[in-house]
Amino acid sequence: MKHLLSIADLERADLDELLDLSDSFVEVTQREIPKIPALRGKTVVTLFFEDSTRTRLSFETAAKRLSADTMSFSASTSSVRKGESLLDTVQTIQAMGVDAIVVRHPCAGAAHRVAGWVDASVVNAGDGRHQHPTQAVLDLLTLRRHRGTGLDGLRVLFVGDIGHSRVARSGVQALATMGAEVSLAGPPTLLPESLEGWPVTVAEDLDTVLPEVDVVYLLRIQRERLGAALLPSLREYTTRYGITVERAARLKPDTLIMHPGPMNRGIEIAAEVADGPASLVTEQVANGVAARMAVLWSILGSGGRIA
Amino acid sequence: MSARDAMQPKDATAPDGGRFFVSGGATGPLTRRAQVFDADALRRSHTRIAHEIVERNHGADDVVLVGLYTRGVAVAHRLAEAIERFEGVTVPVGALDVAFYRDDIGLRPVQPLGPTEIPVDIGGQVVVLVDDVLFTGRTIRAALDALTELGRPRAVQVAVLVDRGHRELPIRADFVGKNLPTKVAEDVRVQLAEVDGAEDGIEIWGPEGTA
Repeated sequence: MKHLLSIADLERADLDELLDLSDSFVEVTQREIPKIPALRGKTVVTLFFEDSTRTRLSFETAAKRLSADTMSFSASTSSVRKGESLLDTVQTIQAMGVDAIVVRHPCAGAAHRVAGWVDASVVNAGDGRHQHPTQAVLDLLTLRRHRGTGLDGLRVLFVGDIGHSRVARSGVQALATMGAEVSLAGPPTLLPESLEGWPVTVAEDLDTVLPEVDVVYLLRIQRERLGAALLPSLREYTTRYGITVERAARLKPDTLIMHPGPMNRGIEIAAEVADGPASLVTEQVANGVAARMAVLWSILGSGGRIA
Repeated sequence: MSARDAMQPKDATAPDGGRFFVSGGATGPLTRRAQVFDADALRRSHTRIAHEIVERNHGADDVVLVGLYTRGVAVAHRLAEAIERFEGVTVPVGALDVAFYRDDIGLRPVQPLGPTEIPVDIGGQVVVLVDDVLFTGRTIRAALDALTELGRPRAVQVAVLVDRGHRELPIRADFVGKNLPTKVAEDVRVQLAEVDGAEDGIEIWGPEGTA
């Protein structure tokens, strides 16, 4: 595997292999000294044109756990503010001699463009509303560690702002590839304009389907991307689509709740639910490091059998 | 080096699926030369090694058997069963993956073969690294590095079913099932029931047309 740009590039066997790898790295992250020399001498740069806490920290932690060197670039503190173009920025980074570039950018396709410009490997850490493949890998890993390797027939319901969500786009594809049955629920204004090609069903009424699903995957209400036309009021959203304590009580006892973070407590998820026993939120973050170690290793270490 | 090195696929279209078995410098088609061990001989060999481990360490109380993926883990379990049978001591068995510690990462495909699982604290214990074939010694070197990060054993010993020579590092085995002179171009192929689903045996394969 040279790059990881979209989850659609990976077939089921590739995902299985990546998840098996991730299991090895989960063991590493749980050690007293959670560091291995696997990528000694490699340099990984995180190139972020959007704000991020967990994804960036997760990638940097993953790279450091593999003994790679890391460099970090934020648009807000760089020459981008002086007007430097993406191409020039990337060429500058390339000239310093890096092996992998982890890119987050508000424009869909940015990582793809970068991959065409450089010799280094490129990992898409989120491009606009398009893709966030490593999030999908860590979500599969988290589910697999709870449900065993077979995700066939697992019923997963995504709730919220599907239209703006790269997490949903990657996650739905990845889950469908693994054989899960995916459905969507959310305000019609926040669903994608067309669901053509999406391997999903749309749930008309959230409360009817809640008792039937195995996993509820909540998406963040992206207040920075929403205008009043799309979402008149947060309180109305919570009333209709928020996973409140009352709604959570309708779930099967073993239904799992996931959220990619950062959470809007009290909007899409009640604090009691977020911190409750069904919530996998902190596990997702923990598994994120192992999943990204697997991705970096597949790209920089193995000599490449995946994809 | 052991079977593990060979498990890294050199050629995904190889008749054996391209994974596993020992490859030295072997290229091109190989034919079977000789069977070195059949199932009975292998069982006797396991039993003897198990006895030697107990004898050398004056019992098995502080011994931890750590198998190297994939066949080393199976061998380690067999040794532990044997020790339990005649000594009445349950020896902890671990599994170690050395992929991340190899010195040829980037030179060829190196894939982890499974999660490292060591059930006990190895600090102060005698760790016996168990593998099927000892070849260049590079796998054992990687295993020593991997162990260091898991704790500080009182001693580390090495047990292998076959020592085929051609060491590239100053490493030797403490317990050997059979010393087997080989050519670099030959393969030593180990088959274990619990891993390969076929009868136990060890064979030498070599390039066609040579003796």
